[in-house]
Amino acid sequence: MPDVSAVADSPPLVARRQPDYVEAPLRAFAIATVFWGIAGFAVGLFIAAQLAWPALNLGLEYTSFGRLRPLHTSAVIFAFGGNGLFLASLYVVQRTCRARLFGGEDAAWFLFWGYNFFILIAGTGYLLGITQSKEYAEPEWYADLWLTIVWVAYLVVFGGTILKREEPHIYVANWFFLAFIITIAVLHLGNNAALPVSLFGTKSYVAAAGVQDAMIQWWYGHNAVGFFLTAGFLGIMYYFIPKMAERPVYSYRLSVIHFWALTFLYIWAGPHHLHYTALPDWAQTLGMVFSIMLWMPSWGGMINGLMTLSGAWDKLRTDPALRFAVAAVGFYGMATFEGPMMSIRAVNALSHYTDWTIGHVHSGALGWNGFILFGMLYWLVPRLWGRQQLWSAKLANWHFWVASLGILLYITAMWVSGIMQGLMWRAYDHLGFLQYSFVETVAAMHPYYVIRALGGLLYLSGALLMAYNLWRSVSSSPAEASAAAQAAAAPAAA
Amino acid sequence: MANAPERDAHSGTTTTGHEWDGLKELNTPLPTWWLWTFYATILFSVVWLVLYPALPFTGTGLLGSIARQEADADHAARITAAEPMLARLRQASQPEILADPELRAYAIAGGRTAFGNTCAGCHGAGGQGAPGGFPSLADDDWLWGGHLAEIEQTIRHGIRAPDDAETRLSQMPRFLADGMLTAMQVNDVAEYVLGLSGRGTDATAAARGAPLFAENCVACHGERGEGNRELGAPSLADAVWLYGGDKASVVRSISFARAGVMPAWGARLDPAVIRMLVVYLHSLGGTEGQ
Repeated sequence: MPDVSAVADSPPLVARRQPDYVEAPLRAFAIATVFWGIAGFAVGLFIAAQLAWPALNLGLEYTSFGRLRPLHTSAVIFAFGGNGLFLASLYVVQRTCRARLFGGEDAAWFLFWGYNFFILIAGTGYLLGITQSKEYAEPEWYADLWLTIVWVAYLVVFGGTILKREEPHIYVANWFFLAFIITIAVLHLGNNAALPVSLFGTKSYVAAAGVQDAMIQWWYGHNAVGFFLTAGFLGIMYYFIPKMAERPVYSYRLSVIHFWALTFLYIWAGPHHLHYTALPDWAQTLGMVFSIMLWMPSWGGMINGLMTLSGAWDKLRTDPALRFAVAAVGFYGMATFEGPMMSIRAVNALSHYTDWTIGHVHSGALGWNGFILFGMLYWLVPRLWGRQQLWSAKLANWHFWVASLGILLYITAMWVSGIMQGLMWRAYDHLGFLQYSFVETVAAMHPYYVIRALGGLLYLSGALLMAYNLWRSVSSSPAEASAAAQAAAAPAAA
Repeated sequence: MANAPERDAHSGTTTTGHEWDGLKELNTPLPTWWLWTFYATILFSVVWLVLYPALPFTGTGLLGSIARQEADADHAARITAAEPMLARLRQASQPEILADPELRAYAIAGGRTAFGNTCAGCHGAGGQGAPGGFPSLADDDWLWGGHLAEIEQTIRHGIRAPDDAETRLSQMPRFLADGMLTAMQVNDVAEYVLGLSGRGTDATAAARGAPLFAENCVACHGERGEGNRELGAPSLADAVWLYGGDKASVVRSISFARAGVMPAWGARLDPAVIRMLVVYLHSLGGTEGQ
């Protein structure tokens, strides 16, 4: 690149005008991502401990497992993941379109306050027992309506920025973000069609009933995983990994093929949540085969993520943000192999309703979604606050290893306990009687529940290290931060 | 910005010529193994769709598989396999079952399973009971009797079961709550009751409690607190306590009474299963006679 500073007197011919990007609301999204992450992990740890030691339900309805569990899932998926997705998509779309956000700062502030207000009314509702009882779609009608307004605004802001872009092409990350925003809107509207009992009451009744309701719910539920936690996060991956690695994306062609294959196939896979239920056989079969066909389209993202590092693998040694992102892609590959395998009916007969499912979800959530957001925050937060670098790479390394150990404990404990649970349920003695009663299977799982809670404690501890590290990165003056980073780098060799 | 494609020095592959915020893309072809594995999963799916039900309202695939029928057949096969033994259990009397080693072993195995699914929630996985009114079934301290026939009666009709006319019934008065004794008198009776098992700490209070006990309690619990199985009145003279044997618990029991409920299982369980449960409970060691 020509040395622009040497010719500063003459008008810059090569440097292109950089728009006045919207950043202040993005800083708020970054803070919310960290805050909700820690809140969600903490509630997760608490309910994991409740499973091991039921006395922790405290005998109160507000702190019972049934009410805290959706608080945990919504906090980590929609609050932590959602704020992270807003942050990433609004940051990425401006830069890859070379255009200021459509609607400007005000629109972005509306998205920030609007979305977090939704989280607040949804979460407090759970604690008070207000729920539709649909997994991952627990918020009642008034919260759903508010989210619809916010989400349409999100689509307008994001889509508007793409329409006014200064670049001739739309970058791959934005395809994934757009697929995520549009599909979540469709899913949200379809699954939450409900009739409120009264205008001032919280209760509503869902439009569909029985097995139709179950089918719509898991069409929604599985694609919340597919489009919120997969497509949206692939958008994050497609911008931040090439950025961190400073390498071109491995294969443009693969990105096109796997994008369309993924978005087309994912939407059919929901019925695999309803194997061996009242759902007609043909729908179960469809859910299974579409899940099997999803394997390679999912792995297309993994290949593009990992192979982009070709020529930059050495950066993994020095850049904790990249290490988080790459480990995330590894977990993504693992979870997207395990998922199609678990969708096979015979495998599902063993795994369904057991802790194996919980382990599968968490290898995706902790490993893929959590790690790539951590990597993004380590890279992005210093930049958003105009700092040279992270306060301490060493502390970020600690975070990486503590969190990795936590995931390892979590998912291995759930694999063992889940498979054990499934085998105990189906064991018959030689006379034809069930070998174990349900309560015996519960007792057998206790040690694994303790190990799982320990894994969660490690994961939460890592996130607290990150919060401290990010806080120091933005609160110290740029010069201080840079000096501290150098000081930390020097003794690391000793 | 669209530029001319350039060659990447590391991989030797050209870029597409696009660039966004410094990001470029290589023109790498699809990995062959990826593409062929993708094709293989599609082929697998097509085969599977032919073999198994895959279209609405058209019945089965080539394999003729219908999940509901398979589950029903599996269930029916297990019932058929078990039926001869169950029929023998229904016909035999309890002593006959105990006398026949084959029947007895079968009943204990089946009773253990039925107990785990039906009874363990309250009485514990090993019948050890639980604090708060769930009696141990593994000792010989029986509330309503430990003979085989008495146990079968309790299982069939329950205790204070609201939906069973023949259920076992009795009701202890709420001595404090209904004003039959003062708080002081309750304290004295509690001291007397604790003294019956040698655990009293206040002889003076116990002496005051003795006539109160004789007046209010002996009708059900007996002169020496030995209990009465006709009424399900527990013994107060031993160390086994259904609701706790500390003074506070005893005071609470006298003040507000206790009345545990057990469901009636006669209408819910197969007679053969009830037989097996009785034999299993007998094998726990606490049953009396035959």
